[in-house]
Amino acid sequence: MAILEARQLKKHFGSIHAVDGIDFRSEDGELLAILGPSGSGKSTLMRMVAGLEEPTAGDILVNGESIVGIPPRRRNVAMVFQSFALYPHITVRENIRFPLAARKVPETEQKRKIDWVTEILDIRDLLDRRPSRLSGGQSQRVALARAMVRDPDLFVFDEPLSSLDAQIRSQARGELRSLLDRTQITTLYVTHDQVEALGLADRVAVMQSGRIHQIGTPRELYDAPANLFVAGFIGDPPMNLFRQGDEIIGARPEHLIAEADLPDDVEAALHLDVEIEHLEFLGSEWLIYGLVHGGVPESGEGLRIIARERQETPRLRAGERTQLVVPRHQAQYFDARSGMRKSGPEVAVA
Amino acid sequence: MSAQVSEPVRARAPATFGERLAGALERPRVLGSLMLAPAVLYVVFFVGVPFIIAIALSMSDATAGNPSIDTFVGLDNFRAVMQQETFWTALRNSVIITTLTVVSIVVLATIAVEILSREFRGKRLVQVLFMMPWAMPVALSAITWLWLLDSQFSPIDWVLVQIGILGPDGLFGPQRHMYWLGREWLGILSVVFVDTWRTLPLATIIVLAGRLSIPRERLEQAQIDGAGFFRTLFRVILPALAPVLIVAILFTALLVIGEISSVDLLTRGGPGHSTQILPLWAYLKGIESGDLGQGAAIALFLFPVLLAAAIVALRFASRLHKD
Repeated sequence: MAILEARQLKKHFGSIHAVDGIDFRSEDGELLAILGPSGSGKSTLMRMVAGLEEPTAGDILVNGESIVGIPPRRRNVAMVFQSFALYPHITVRENIRFPLAARKVPETEQKRKIDWVTEILDIRDLLDRRPSRLSGGQSQRVALARAMVRDPDLFVFDEPLSSLDAQIRSQARGELRSLLDRTQITTLYVTHDQVEALGLADRVAVMQSGRIHQIGTPRELYDAPANLFVAGFIGDPPMNLFRQGDEIIGARPEHLIAEADLPDDVEAALHLDVEIEHLEFLGSEWLIYGLVHGGVPESGEGLRIIARERQETPRLRAGERTQLVVPRHQAQYFDARSGMRKSGPEVAVA
Repeated sequence: MSAQVSEPVRARAPATFGERLAGALERPRVLGSLMLAPAVLYVVFFVGVPFIIAIALSMSDATAGNPSIDTFVGLDNFRAVMQQETFWTALRNSVIITTLTVVSIVVLATIAVEILSREFRGKRLVQVLFMMPWAMPVALSAITWLWLLDSQFSPIDWVLVQIGILGPDGLFGPQRHMYWLGREWLGILSVVFVDTWRTLPLATIIVLAGRLSIPRERLEQAQIDGAGFFRTLFRVILPALAPVLIVAILFTALLVIGEISSVDLLTRGGPGHSTQILPLWAYLKGIESGDLGQGAAIALFLFPVLLAAAIVALRFASRLHKD
């Protein structure tokens, strides 16, 4: 049970500004993901919360009290590393016991805690094994158990799923979410994988170059990206962007529709003359790659676009010429110079 | 078609000597044996042959005057050696000196590694200074230590007088000199000290390699799990270092137990034979007194023990490593 807060947090390594002035405040029991490409400073942020790095400036607060300057072992922050960092020479049981023994928890209490956590994570069978005899998924559970067993105020996860095989990753994601729902521990979850961040988190902070570009629910980030970076980073395939005068118009692939499908009372923000280059079958949907030959805006000519169609068989074929439009209410508007979102078409008109 | 088939056949036809040599060298077995040959020959002629000669000598009545090994005397030399009091003193000293050196090496190397694995200003300089004892010629360092431990001019004694430990008013006064090398136990301790000083750099480098291979995340995890310095050292670092520590112990033990020069240069085994060790005594008996048979017997005495210890230690280390 804790609220994590960062205020004007900075970390400079020489001339590199890894974290360059960050503010955020978590809700109690929230799963807050920090999403960003590698080198965005997200790991540095996480290490400062855990106490492994000292901030250059700014403050980190838990429940309103600063934790800066407190060594990691006195912070009640449990971190799970990407590699899980299990102690290889002792059994799973001893690994889980380690933080309890370090905190001088009485022995009977230790036993009760270990029973409780092994029950929740269903790892009773693994207790006497060495970490070298665990699979990726099992290692992850043991690492979670070791983090949970000490009743931390905060969880800090560093890409905990990225070392798992792709097949079990979505299952592990589900298990992690239900575990956190049950324990209600505030969690900071660092990842570069937007599927993980959007699928798992209550709110996501998009980070790049040491700054948070936007913080919001997955829905908010997708539907209303605050700037061009977020627009281009969130969504796969990314948003199509067209320049028109001093603004940039963005359209999600699924919002590029055939002209014939546009309802009569809806105005089109974009009108593109597209040559279809090829189509990609992704099971539940088709991705349509095309080359813009003309239309509105004129600057779109020569650009490549990606549209998404959720049909059993696509109505378009490679080599075909077609007219694609974007309904006005689904287009996104950004200021070309600042890259910031404009609130809507009204602004563009004014 | 037929032209194509005959192509590889023609390529295999006898070529020049150079080409055939190159072809032979490409075969792994030929090249491998060739590369191994110098090392194998070295071991056979400079380790194997002397070892067999030593065994033969130890079971003969050979002397420097009559070095023939024709007369087989069985284990007489071993029996004769064991009946001398000096043998037991030398055996005791060898064991004590080796044990104490190994123990201090393990403790000091662990401490040194904890220091050298951290970042601090002037680390390079510290590293260089630290390696000096290993790089220094034995004779030079022995002369240095002879002066430092001299019975009349020892700067160590002088310092002890100045800080009030020795001297007329001192804690352990009134004498002004410790006579480090002139007393049995101080002599042995001095040898342990010099041996430790000389072999610590090697042991530290071995252990440091192991220390640096511990993933940083594991150490950070220990911090986060609430472990302090000593818990991290004893529960996380030392278990990971166990295999390299065993190797370091083995190297140090084998180096020290066969080491003649430190005792020879510092005390020459004296006073009397009170600081005598087995290899030096073997040398004095076998070479200086000319009794080749007894000298070889002394030198071989520890061989089975050392061999067994080495095998056990290496097995243990490799098992730990596999975990």
